[in-house]
Amino acid sequence: MEIVYKKPSNLSETQPNNFCPGCMHSTAWKLIGEVLDEMELTEKCVWIAGVGCVANAHRYIELDQFNQPHGRACAGASAFKRCNPDTFLFTYQGDGDLAAIGLGETISAANRGDNFTVIFINNGIYGMTGGQMAPTTLIGSKTTTTPFGRTAGEHGYPIHMCELLNTLQAPSYIARCTTADVPNVRKTKNCIRKAFQNQLDGKGFSFVEIISNCPTNWGMTPLESLDYIHDVVLKEFELGEFRCR
Amino acid sequence: MQEKKFMKGCEAVAEAAVRAGCRFYAGYPITPQNDVPEYFSRRMPQVGGVFLQGESEVASANMLLAAAASGTRAMTTSSSCGISLMSEAISWLAMHHLPAVIGNFQRGGPGIGSIQPSQQDYTQATKASGNGGFQMIVLAPSTLQEAADMTYEAFDLADKYSFPVLVLLDGFTGTMMEPVAMPEAKSDEEVAAIKASKTWVPRGREKDHTLHNITDGAPLQERNIREAEMYEAWKTTEVKWEEYLTEDAELIISGYGIAARIAKSVVNDLRKAGYKVGLIRPIRVNPFPAQAFEKLNYEKLRGILCTELSIPAQYAVDVRNVVHGRTPVGTALSSGGEIITADAIYEAAVEMYGKL
Repeated sequence: MEIVYKKPSNLSETQPNNFCPGCMHSTAWKLIGEVLDEMELTEKCVWIAGVGCVANAHRYIELDQFNQPHGRACAGASAFKRCNPDTFLFTYQGDGDLAAIGLGETISAANRGDNFTVIFINNGIYGMTGGQMAPTTLIGSKTTTTPFGRTAGEHGYPIHMCELLNTLQAPSYIARCTTADVPNVRKTKNCIRKAFQNQLDGKGFSFVEIISNCPTNWGMTPLESLDYIHDVVLKEFELGEFRCR
Repeated sequence: MQEKKFMKGCEAVAEAAVRAGCRFYAGYPITPQNDVPEYFSRRMPQVGGVFLQGESEVASANMLLAAAASGTRAMTTSSSCGISLMSEAISWLAMHHLPAVIGNFQRGGPGIGSIQPSQQDYTQATKASGNGGFQMIVLAPSTLQEAADMTYEAFDLADKYSFPVLVLLDGFTGTMMEPVAMPEAKSDEEVAAIKASKTWVPRGREKDHTLHNITDGAPLQERNIREAEMYEAWKTTEVKWEEYLTEDAELIISGYGIAARIAKSVVNDLRKAGYKVGLIRPIRVNPFPAQAFEKLNYEKLRGILCTELSIPAQYAVDVRNVVHGRTPVGTALSSGGEIITADAIYEAAVEMYGKL
């Protein structure tokens, strides 16, 4: 019988991913895993974990990996890739990690054009620590540290990482996509593939932002959270390829 | 005889590192150690190494962390307040059990302090260079020859224990010039062999799904117990100190690094004046050379005078803890970028010595 679909070879058959039910981190990892297999990168790939919900999946993801402190994945990736340029390297970071505590490291690595890929999961909240305001939290959103809703006057506006990085000369690929519906899942996979190909071609820094959900801390069912992405989040965060060299 | 070259302290440290096989350096500008990153930026391209100017000390130390994870012999340097910013990644080096070398050219503190030399980071260096209660072997050169030799040695120690090693210098040692005989450079083959020997480096999983992981999977308490045993073992295997004219001494002057260098000249002057004075100088300040003080004949000792560029005293606290009241422990101190004079140490020693 012909095999038409199988689980990526780099996701564990025995370990759970430990993400909350309905969380689309697991979708992102399925896409990354599939692309790595399809591009035959699974055996030469190393990824650097940010600090946050991704810690739930360390045993689930069967790829060489190491951790950097909160927010420092891009600084570490710059050094690691320069020391071992033959290693295929990506970071996987959430919005608190990449856009708050690691904002300087992210922008600086992008500005140097270091030749690795960033997968940036934007769900507008700190998941692991229990639902605090992220730099990407929408105006009006109630979180555990904005109990009356985020206001522009008090907290500023949500940060747009793709647009921000798109002001720099060096990055070779910048895209924002979402896993909120099937057509967009396919587009997301395509963006990941392009970003990885850019790294293989030595074109420098590539960045894929994935608009994701957090049913647990948004206080929604998984299906409600997907509707919320379409009805509200995507009004703030425009999808598309901002740069493709 | 090996040829000596007239070098600046920062450059001697950087060149010794390259010769030890250091092929990655990241750093951020801070006085008084800017000659280190500047030297590496010229030198690394000549040996196929990587130089990265980090966007901060935080980033530079995190670059060091990842470079260490890549199996490359790696170094960063900074000064005092910059080292504080690096403490995050230094603690992670200890957590991941990764070899790396860090140099601290101490300047006045606290805070931004001054750009002049100090020894005000002693306690931080020897006891808490980050969260979690880890320790590092801390080398404390007092001459440029030692700075070069110890930097070279630091890379071997880091690999021996797969752990970060600190070279504790000061702004004085970093910026002065002296003739230095450089240690022999490791060949490209030797450097490559060292990197290849680090089998834990994540280079991509094997076809049989074997993962390389720099993180020890054992429970944290188990690891911490193992590391505590390592620190304990260092107290006998890794202590190093210098004794100078201590045999018949009735007063001991003690200090490390630049303060000890000044103190040594004072010991010579005091001897000429008829005072029976000797010097104990830790060559490594962690592990602390308690043995040097246990050997002393406390019955004929009038006291121990600790000298350091720190107010309040920090090094003297460790000496007091070892001496445990067996003889008076005095201090001759300066701080905030002021360098203690030979005269000040001399006068304090004469006062402590009492009648000839």
